[in-house]
Amino acid sequence: MKKKNQWKAWLYLLPTLLIIAVFTVWPIINTIRMSLLKNYDSLREIGGASFEFGFANFVSVAKYKGFLNCLGNTMILCVVTVPISTMLALVIAVALNSIKFVRKTLQTIFFLPYVTNSIAIGMVFMAMFTMIGYAPGHEPASVGIINSIIEAFGGTRINWVNAGSGKLENMVVLVIYIVWNALPFKILVLLGGLQSVNKQYYDAAKVDGTSRFRTFWRITVPLLSPMIAYVVITGFIGGFKEYSSIVGIFGDGMGPAGAAGSLNTMVGFIYDNLDTNQGRASAAALILFVIIFVVTMINMWVSKKKVHY
Amino acid sequence: MKVVLQNITKIFPSRNKKEKDEVIAVNDFNLEIPDGKLVCLLGPSGCGKSTTLYMISGLQEPSSGKIFFGEDDVTKLSPENRGIGLVFQNYALYPHMTVQQNILFPLQNLKGENRLSKEEMLQRTAEVAKLVQIDEYLNRKPSELSGGQQQRVAIARALVKMPRVLLLDEPLSNLDARLRLQTREEIRRIQRNTHITTIFVTHDQEEAMSISDYIVIMKLGVIMQTGKPQNVYDDPANLFVAKFLGAPPINVLSGKVENGKLYVGEEQVLDVKGVEDQEVYVGIRPEGFMLDKAGKLTCKVSGVDVMGRDISVVSTSECSLNPVIRSIISADEMCNLSGDIAKFNLKEHKVLLFNKETEERVYFGKQLAVHQKILEEMEAEGQTYVTHDGPLPREADDKVKEAVIPEPPKNVFVRAFNAVKNFFIKVGNFFKNLFAKLSKKKDGETAENPEKVEDAPETKEEVHGEENEG
Repeated sequence: MKKKNQWKAWLYLLPTLLIIAVFTVWPIINTIRMSLLKNYDSLREIGGASFEFGFANFVSVAKYKGFLNCLGNTMILCVVTVPISTMLALVIAVALNSIKFVRKTLQTIFFLPYVTNSIAIGMVFMAMFTMIGYAPGHEPASVGIINSIIEAFGGTRINWVNAGSGKLENMVVLVIYIVWNALPFKILVLLGGLQSVNKQYYDAAKVDGTSRFRTFWRITVPLLSPMIAYVVITGFIGGFKEYSSIVGIFGDGMGPAGAAGSLNTMVGFIYDNLDTNQGRASAAALILFVIIFVVTMINMWVSKKKVHY
Repeated sequence: MKVVLQNITKIFPSRNKKEKDEVIAVNDFNLEIPDGKLVCLLGPSGCGKSTTLYMISGLQEPSSGKIFFGEDDVTKLSPENRGIGLVFQNYALYPHMTVQQNILFPLQNLKGENRLSKEEMLQRTAEVAKLVQIDEYLNRKPSELSGGQQQRVAIARALVKMPRVLLLDEPLSNLDARLRLQTREEIRRIQRNTHITTIFVTHDQEEAMSISDYIVIMKLGVIMQTGKPQNVYDDPANLFVAKFLGAPPINVLSGKVENGKLYVGEEQVLDVKGVEDQEVYVGIRPEGFMLDKAGKLTCKVSGVDVMGRDISVVSTSECSLNPVIRSIISADEMCNLSGDIAKFNLKEHKVLLFNKETEERVYFGKQLAVHQKILEEMEAEGQTYVTHDGPLPREADDKVKEAVIPEPPKNVFVRAFNAVKNFFIKVGNFFKNLFAKLSKKKDGETAENPEKVEDAPETKEEVHGEENEG
């Protein structure tokens, strides 16, 4: 390519570059700027107010009540759901890959959560776990299907999501929801990986008399390791951005009735602060970014040692 | 370990239930492979040689028939219990394991009494690696090895369990020509050292001839002939075997036998006493020609390839079934070649006659004695001489070839695109006709021709433009 033609290349790139500049680069720079101005507010800035420069926003985020709770919730959800969903997805993908009959149907069923609105799924989950008309100390008018099943097996009903429910119960519901919602994408990626694995490896293993378990651990998992790494990394990134699932089940109070905010996450924290203090919200967003960045780096570092490309 | 295949048949069921297009991959296959020998299954693609191998390995189960290793019936045994080593066409080395781990893998699978101690495993691995000469690369990954080295690792992995039978599925086809030659010798050497009964599948006749003790030539799931490579080359039982072996291939001419004389076209080329009058194919090996100014077979010379020691005369004849007749003669005889016409005398033992109907061999002169001698020799070695009897399978009246290669399933998008394309072509044609009719009406019959010529390319362009959009 001759040099004099380079302006043409830039011309063709211009629309994309403009879009990236306006919608990606500028917001990033602006976020950093806002996070460094104490108690920044865009309306007040337009009105002519000036803000003190410094790290005051970060200090105020750390001291803010509920921040540690948000951070803790996010961490717990990540650490619990990613391994569970990855392992489940791997098992389901291997199972799906080894059957022929009704495979397409099952594939569709497993893929459904991916195309369904997460708020809608959240509503259904709430309906399944709820006890309608329940107030502490009173008998509920009716109970959701999960409690009905528990009672059918002779157990006592559990207050999963209603007023007065414990954090553990809430978390269990959330974990089930998030795992179920995260499965389809992971199954899709792993199934694609499985189908690209050369069948002769399995023939070779069979001739050598390899047990099923050993075939899975010594052949399937290593050969799938690039896909597994991909699924885990994206899973962690998605987990740190968890928000809509909680809104779906508990409403934007981010917690059961009477305990609003108890299940809040990092994204929820940022969202809550957007109205009142954009400086603090920006600082929280940057903190979240750094956390995701560090965790992803750790993931990459681990996968470099364990993944066979 | 002797391997015996008894009436083995493999039928692959049809793909869809409506059409009955089941494929008979291997048809009533009988073979005895002697202990400690290297046997090649040779044939064109789709002849069932790999299927036969996989049935011996146990990865595929025969539809009927029995397989014996020595005296044991292994037909129902799963692969791991048969004591076989299998080398795949593309090696199937586990890419995430080092060479050592790859070779160790089968040993680590052993359970119970058979399980070796760690030291024994490592020792066994080292021994096998030394045998196939890859002991320097034990800590490398397969991707860091050349094709030939990977091949040897695959053989080592198959050998480390000390199999009773070693099976190789087209092991050389992924190697370049030079490496193929080298690896071929290597396999021969390893087999000689270990004395393991080895079955080798290939479609390369040269490879099969050079490496094996016995070859088995197959076509469409049926054994065509078995025997020592040289014997099969010299004494093919039918036209297929004659055509399949030899490079350059045998020249086939159309001819007839009348009153004990062989005619090609009008020319009487050989005396064949004792042969009944019949239409025949005359197969002449390239080395069976002698240039002679008084020669009996006349051909038109279309070129001479010089190869140093020998020359190859390329000529044509009306009677030839191949596009050209290729003859290899000594460079000294070159002087006998003058002008466009080559006259040849034929060496009697290099001329093979086949009945035109059955394509089976017609023996004449000394050939019958040679044939008898080969039979006796094989009997002395405990080998049975197998040739196909009954009508030979032919591709024309066999559905096998069609069925083996299923129609590629068309992509939905491709189908949609074609539908749209056809629609636009139809629309284009409609307008083309319409314009033609209109112009006919408008200008009368005299102006029709020039208009039409102008119209046609225009509409064509339209169609193309719309196609791209579709």
